[in-house]
Amino acid sequence: MSGFVHGNWSYLWLFLAGFCATQPWRYLGVILSINIRTDSEVLVWVRLVSTALVAGLVTRMLLLPAGALASVPLEMRLGSFLLGCCMFFLARKSLAAGVFSGGAALVLAQYFLQP
Amino acid sequence: MAAKPGELQAPEWCRGASRKDAYYRGVMAAPSVPVIVVLATFVGFGALAEGAGLTMAQAVFVTVSVFALPGQVVLVDQIAQGTALFSTAFAVTLTSVRLLPLTLSLMPYLRDGITPRWVEFIFAHMLAITMWIESMRRLPQLPERLRSPFYGGFVSALFAGILCATALGFLLSGQVPQEIGAGLIFLTPIYFFLSLIAVSKSHIDLLAVAIGAVLGPVLFVMTPGLDLFLTGLIGGTAAYALSYWWNSR
Repeated sequence: MSGFVHGNWSYLWLFLAGFCATQPWRYLGVILSINIRTDSEVLVWVRLVSTALVAGLVTRMLLLPAGALASVPLEMRLGSFLLGCCMFFLARKSLAAGVFSGGAALVLAQYFLQP
Repeated sequence: MAAKPGELQAPEWCRGASRKDAYYRGVMAAPSVPVIVVLATFVGFGALAEGAGLTMAQAVFVTVSVFALPGQVVLVDQIAQGTALFSTAFAVTLTSVRLLPLTLSLMPYLRDGITPRWVEFIFAHMLAITMWIESMRRLPQLPERLRSPFYGGFVSALFAGILCATALGFLLSGQVPQEIGAGLIFLTPIYFFLSLIAVSKSHIDLLAVAIGAVLGPVLFVMTPGLDLFLTGLIGGTAAYALSYWWNSR
């Protein structure tokens, strides 16, 4: 098994690694919702596992990024992230305030703080 | 999130509204702040996909077939790292497990005895975290028969917007200065993090966030490829065990 293939077969690759890896969980959700208790302990655990997983992805993207973000100094990434978090709470948990102020801070920091 | 039962009051437009009216109301409700944030993060995804060497058609294909940002980001990230098909699918699957509880908890609101089962599967395909937050916020106060068309309208507008945002991000990626490109990609981790905080129901969820945040980079260095799986499994189980221990003291 090799990595991503380009060309026409790429769609089969993306279909298998994307669609087939994602949709069964949603379909299972529809089927189980017909008769399951939504407050069961298994669901609590499943929610916590997925929460930790996404949180891990967040810090990885922050601390060990790839692509365009990798050329931004670490302290700018962390500073902008913290600023976004502060704005989120100051604006009474407004996602827009947090996300946009963090993104804007990162862009401005690169223009004005770059040595 | 949802109002207390005593405060639940159907909006004015619901009086005498048909299901068609509700669909239209759903479409019109879509241009809202959370949706703009999501569109911006999908612009970021388009840029990320371009950076990973995908074509625009492939990027849009990923958005249509997966339609959940965390899974898509993992997919493209693994492609960029040259990971094998099986490992990639495995990582995407683990990221997408979170869709199960979301779907499971929302579907009862959309079930009205009129909407056929196959439409429920399409609704589920289009359900991700933002749609879940917005639905839990807006649907409970609507009369039962109007919920499913309202959701259908909202989600169709969202779907169209997200496709355009993906393509736009892809096109902008080569055009915009690198500083702005980095800013667009940066929206994704902030949005994920703040969403986790925004929908957390208790301190246990926050504990899972904290443990996962610490484990993520550590396990990425120690066990690349399996890092997300192990982060979720160890972090989530640890948070669950700690809360269990705390409650049973």
